[in-house]
Amino acid sequence: MTPTAPAIELKGISKSFGPVQANRDISLSVARGTIHGIVGENGAGKSTLMSILYGFYKADRGEIFINGTLTPIPDSQAAIRAGIGMVHQHFKLVENFTVVENVILGAEDGAFLTPSIAKARKTLTQLSEDYGLRVDPDAIIEDLSVGHQQRVEILKQLYRHADILILDEPTGVLTPTEADQLFRILERLRAEGKTIILITHKLREIMDITDTVSVMRRGEMTNTVKTADTSPAELAEMMVGRKVLLQVDKTPAIPGEVVLSVQDLRVRHGGVDRLKGVSFDIRRGEIFGIAGVAGNGQTELLEVLGGMISASGGSVTMFGAPLDISGGGANGQTRRARGIGHVPEDRQTEGLIMPFEAWENVAFGYHKDPKYNAGPLMDHAAMQADCADKMARYDVRPPNPRLPARNFSGGNQQKIVVAREMDRAPDLLLVGQPTRGVDIGAIEFIHKQIIALRDQGKAILLVSVELDEIIGLSDRIAVMFDGRIMGERLPDQTDQNELGLLMAGVTEGAA
Amino acid sequence: MDKMPKWADVILIPLISVVLALVVSGLVVALIGESPWRAMQVMVRGAFGSAYGWGYTLYYATNFIFTGLAVAVAFHARLFNIGGEGQAAIGGLGVAIILLNVAWPHWTIALIAALVFSAAFAAAWAAVPAYLQARRGSHIVITTIMFNYIASALLVYLLVNVFRVDGSMAPESARFAETVHLPGGGDFAGFLGFSATTPLNVSIFLALAACVLVWVLIWRTRLGYEIRSFGHSESAAVYAGISPYRITMITMLISGGLAGMMAINVVMGEAERLVLDFVEGAGFVGIAVALMGRSHPVGVVLAALLFGALYQGGAELQFEMPAISREMVVVIQALVILFTGALDNMVRMPMESLFLSLRRRREDAARKTPAE
Repeated sequence: MTPTAPAIELKGISKSFGPVQANRDISLSVARGTIHGIVGENGAGKSTLMSILYGFYKADRGEIFINGTLTPIPDSQAAIRAGIGMVHQHFKLVENFTVVENVILGAEDGAFLTPSIAKARKTLTQLSEDYGLRVDPDAIIEDLSVGHQQRVEILKQLYRHADILILDEPTGVLTPTEADQLFRILERLRAEGKTIILITHKLREIMDITDTVSVMRRGEMTNTVKTADTSPAELAEMMVGRKVLLQVDKTPAIPGEVVLSVQDLRVRHGGVDRLKGVSFDIRRGEIFGIAGVAGNGQTELLEVLGGMISASGGSVTMFGAPLDISGGGANGQTRRARGIGHVPEDRQTEGLIMPFEAWENVAFGYHKDPKYNAGPLMDHAAMQADCADKMARYDVRPPNPRLPARNFSGGNQQKIVVAREMDRAPDLLLVGQPTRGVDIGAIEFIHKQIIALRDQGKAILLVSVELDEIIGLSDRIAVMFDGRIMGERLPDQTDQNELGLLMAGVTEGAA
Repeated sequence: MDKMPKWADVILIPLISVVLALVVSGLVVALIGESPWRAMQVMVRGAFGSAYGWGYTLYYATNFIFTGLAVAVAFHARLFNIGGEGQAAIGGLGVAIILLNVAWPHWTIALIAALVFSAAFAAAWAAVPAYLQARRGSHIVITTIMFNYIASALLVYLLVNVFRVDGSMAPESARFAETVHLPGGGDFAGFLGFSATTPLNVSIFLALAACVLVWVLIWRTRLGYEIRSFGHSESAAVYAGISPYRITMITMLISGGLAGMMAINVVMGEAERLVLDFVEGAGFVGIAVALMGRSHPVGVVLAALLFGALYQGGAELQFEMPAISREMVVVIQALVILFTGALDNMVRMPMESLFLSLRRRREDAARKTPAE
């Protein structure tokens, strides 16, 4: 090991999956004791590159040097031996085990657990002190907050002597406060000489915490720059390959009559109270945004309004007439007939049937519409023509109605859903996470469509975990926490910090 | 991007599976000291060598088309209906009840009535597991297989205590009237050499018509669209306002009804009375037929023909080569089911990587050529 060698050096890494070249001749050098950001759109090849570094995939070509030594990484065991640790976006923790049990899982010293646990507890205490990662070693994982669970993941890697930490979209599930705490931990780790690779699509985080940043586009590493020398606008341009509007342009809202009125809505699902009395109105020509950390009742709110699940109490009216919120969760058809469009939170498991071709998906949920039918049979020609028309107007690429949904990129899949739900100009549009896993170019397009629908005088309920999106699009913002609305704010009279506190359940009285 | 061309998925893989099954069967035959080559010849000749053989092969294939379609329809809704055996048995009960208790003037009217009754009885039998799945979450694989035993026991009870003719020792119903006799292969295809004794009867046309109707249902109707949507993703179906309860019930009613119609071929067309165990495993063979036929009616017809030939050829085999017992024939049939159904991935995965590497090589070559 040479003291000046970079912690990680990749030389000419290439990897293809069938005809898709996921990584093309990538070279990268990360100095020890730095935080290096990697940004890029979905499908740019970030995850593939990190999977190669962590031994999940084997590169077709190229070499990996760790601390100056050529180190082949055929599997994740080898990665761990080389001192590489990975914190996945979705935690790999056993929910009903304690922290210490999770930490030693797969790294036990022998057949009997007691000595391993005793040793691990001592090491954990030491690690917690060294890096400011305070977690109770005997707490059960499912009792911990998401932020603390993430700390356990980091501790797990440190326990395995990781010197290089890869974090994949670590703040996706955190409140802004928790994200700040995570960044303080990362800074501490850096100060102790650890090397950190941070994969994210949030440019603000890149600017806040990283020392250097690399941009990936279409499988290639296009730029590596010092963070201090760049700006979010420049990074966005490097990612997309053209100038992008990061700020959404919109005129002030002109709210009209009340479209949707929700009173004391309650949902009990899976034996848990998910909504504990939610009330709000949405008017014509306004976007009502709901912010909050995922899992605080937003999903159930969308699902009950979309007719997918039943409410256990409360009432909902649309244009003054009641909406059936019992019905056992098969009300999607009547909702559509009442003029409610619904872009669901998860396009892959709800909004689209992945093996279906695009033209079959464009009719999904509206398949009983006479225009798709000829007598008892479905009119495939009409469905395909309608799909081709929508693909052209909503810029779906490739514009091929015969391609299965799973073969489109995330952004184009979302455009298919958006085209289907928005093209009928519904009086009320429910939108959940409209730009999750969608590339920047498509985000811009989808945001414009949502605002255009508002300007036609339609009501829009927007649920998103991306605060920037909520603040940029909404005319009014409500924050949900633990099944309740914690407060309502106007976007120009609030900021990330205030919303972040509400998202963490801190009410005005206590703040 | 699909990993393989469609023809490889639909034709090549089943073909390789069958060949592998036959090779292993050949090894088994060789192990007991018989010539695999001769056994093969006997089987093929037995199934296709004469009008007599064809008659039986097609007769069995008719059964398997019905039970195969039943499983295939349920597969499209991701429901694994392995209760075809019991549903067909109860379908036979419906056929017997309506044919024994009404004086039918002509076989055509009787056939329509038998069709309705076989399907209705079997659908009702399938409705109970369907309801338990849709409303109570009891897994349909468990409940349908339990219902097979109940159906079998019920049939024994009814044949012994209700249908048995006074003075007879055989657990079977009285013979149906002459007027409901279905035209056999000798009547409508005598010119092809079918005799009056062939079990082949007009039910085969019902089976083929059912194939067309199932194709229309699955790929051309709104209901089929909803069934396929539900089968691919229940959460998406709920999002689209498609009721899982409704689709589970309707799909299982159709599936059960198709299984029940198999009784027309056996009970009305061949035995002309209700006999014990007339289904003879056709309900289970239907699972292999649907798997091998990729749940597509055309594939089901081809797979049903293969299994019909195995049944008929196997019968000839134990007749001509006494060293190969009935159990041995069952082993051969089971090997085909094992390879085409359960071990599908064993063939599929190497084939997929073969096609991927072929494509990569082709693309590499295409990339190099212009440069050089």
